Order: sequence, then C-alpha cells, then structure tokens
Amino acid sequence: MIVEKSETLPVRVSEDVVRVRQLVRVHAVKAGFSLVDQTKIVTAASEIARNTIDYGGGGEARIESVTLGIRKGVRLTFSDKGPGIEDIERALRDGYTTGGGLGLGLSGAKRLSNEFDIQSAPGQGTTVSLARWK
Amino acid sequence: MDQIPILKIGDCLLVSIQVDMHDRLALQLQDDLTNKIVTSRARGVMIDISALEIVDSFIGRMLNNIAAMSKVLDAVTVVVGMRPAVAITLVELGLALTGVRTALNVDKGLELIRHLIDDEQDPDDRREE
Ligand SMILES: Nc1ncnc2c1ncn2[C@@H]1O[C@H](COP(=O)(O)OP(=O)(O)OP(=O)(O)O)[C@@H](O)[C@H]1O
Ligand SMILES: [Mg+2]
Repeated sequence: MIVEKSETLPVRVSEDVVRVRQLVRVHAVKAGFSLVDQTKIVTAASEIARNTIDYGGGGEARIESVTLGIRKGVRLTFSDKGPGIEDIERALRDGYTTGGGLGLGLSGAKRLSNEFDIQSAPGQGTTVSLARWK
Repeated sequence: MDQIPILKIGDCLLVSIQVDMHDRLALQLQDDLTNKIVTSRARGVMIDISALEIVDSFIGRMLNNIAAMSKVLDAVTVVVGMRPAVAITLVELGLALTGVRTALNVDKGLELIRHLIDDEQDPDDRREE
C-alpha cells in the first residue's frame, strides 16, 4: 500500500469532528468514490472521531489517500491516550454503550468500512483504523 | 452560524438544517425546538434535512429525541428531504429512525403533518395503523 497523501487533524472539541468529516470528504472525492461511498466513510469517520473525544479524552485523526496497485482508497487512523477499551469484542456489539449512546458507533463504522481494526488495552489508549476502497 | 433558525408558519414549526452541525449545535436545536413547541403551541414540526450530507448516530438520536419530545407535547414531527445516499448509509450504520415520520419533500411533509393533526382532532376518523 502506497500513501499518496497524509494529513493529521486534532480531535478535541465537537467542531473538530466537523473538520474531520470535511477533510475525509475531500480525500474520498479525490479517490473517485461514488456519493454513497463518500457518505459511508464520512459517516464512519464521524462516529469514530466522536468516540475519540467522548471516551478517549481527545486525540488525533490521520487521514490518508492510499493506493494498492490500481485501487484507490482512503485510510483513517484515530488515536487517543485515554482509558482504553477493556473488552473490544463487547464494545463492537450493536447496542453496547457505556456512555448512554445507541452503541452503534463502532459496529456501524465497521460495517461502513472495508477494513477495520481496533488496538486498545486498559490504560494504553485506543487506536481505531479503517479503510474504504473505491 | 451558531444557531439554527426555527420558523413558525401557522401552527407548524419549520427547521431547515443548512450547516454541517457539530454536536453542541444539534443539542441546542433539540432544546430550542422543544421550548418553541411549548411557547408557540405548535401542532406540527417539520425538519428539512435535504442539505445534510450525512446523518450519523448523534444526529439520528437527535431526530428520534425531537420526535419523541414533540409527541409528549402533543405535536407531530416529520423529517423531510433525506438524501438517498444518507438513507442507504443509515441502514448500514444500523440506525432505525423509529418513531420518526418521514416524507420526500417539504410539500409532502406539510401534507403528512396536516393529515396527522386532522386524524388526531377527529377521533372517529382515526384509522388503525
Ligand atoms: N476511544 C475510545 N476509548 C475508550 N472507550 C471507547 C472508545 N471508543 C469506544 N469506546 C467504548 O466502546 C463503547 C461502544 O462505542 P460505540 O461508538 O459503538 O457506542 P457509543 O459511543 O456508546 O454510542 P453511539 O456511538 O451509538 O452514540 C463506548 O460506549 C465506550 O465504552
Ligand atoms: Mg460512539
């Protein structure tokens, strides 16, 4: 996988989530995504960025335009130094929430992505990466 | 812009969301609408989301909340103009907008609101759904 362009944004306040959505959109348009595919990755980004603030205490988002052979894609990496996730499998379950949400953010973002990965442990912070291909 | 305007037309409130809302703005809109339903004694609320490029779980929850709140306050809420790409994405996200009535556009939305209000005012006329 070749990284054509990489940009990093802070994810600390709710306005940052809007900025992340907008920059992800720019990358998705450049990669030639259809409107539906743009909408999917922007929505996934919004969910994970909000988690970074709400549960991770803030962090950052890396937004990358990538190519694999002739395929173009967008890869997103959200990282925080918050409390981490004790049971990742449980956090990924539809409806599981510790914050009074709908518990759809992680599971939904996973469904909206082609690749999805969570690295997290208690006290170690959380890194969520996802990618979608054209 | 840091407030979403709410228009009153007859006994209806109309909100057209024209900006990419951050979460605090969405919460404020939810509060403002609830207050306005009470002070204006509105019977219908129409929320136009045709300019929204995404609806994520937070905005979805806001729409659900507004619909539930308006119900308690004896008003009906109709969401209009959801883009097809947004609807497709919502389904995959797993968000069911249960309790939120939707219509294709503002015209159809007004029609639906009238219909729902009239149904309530004339119990004999009410059909089982
Ligand atoms: N960055 C993070 N750091 C620590 N815990 C997290 C993080 N992201 C998610 N979690 C945990 O995973 C749970 C599930 O997250 P998910 O986004 O699926 O649901 P939610 O945020 O609770 O609700 P929703 O996103 O539907 O509003 C959260 O309630 C939280 O306990
Ligand atoms: Mg979430």
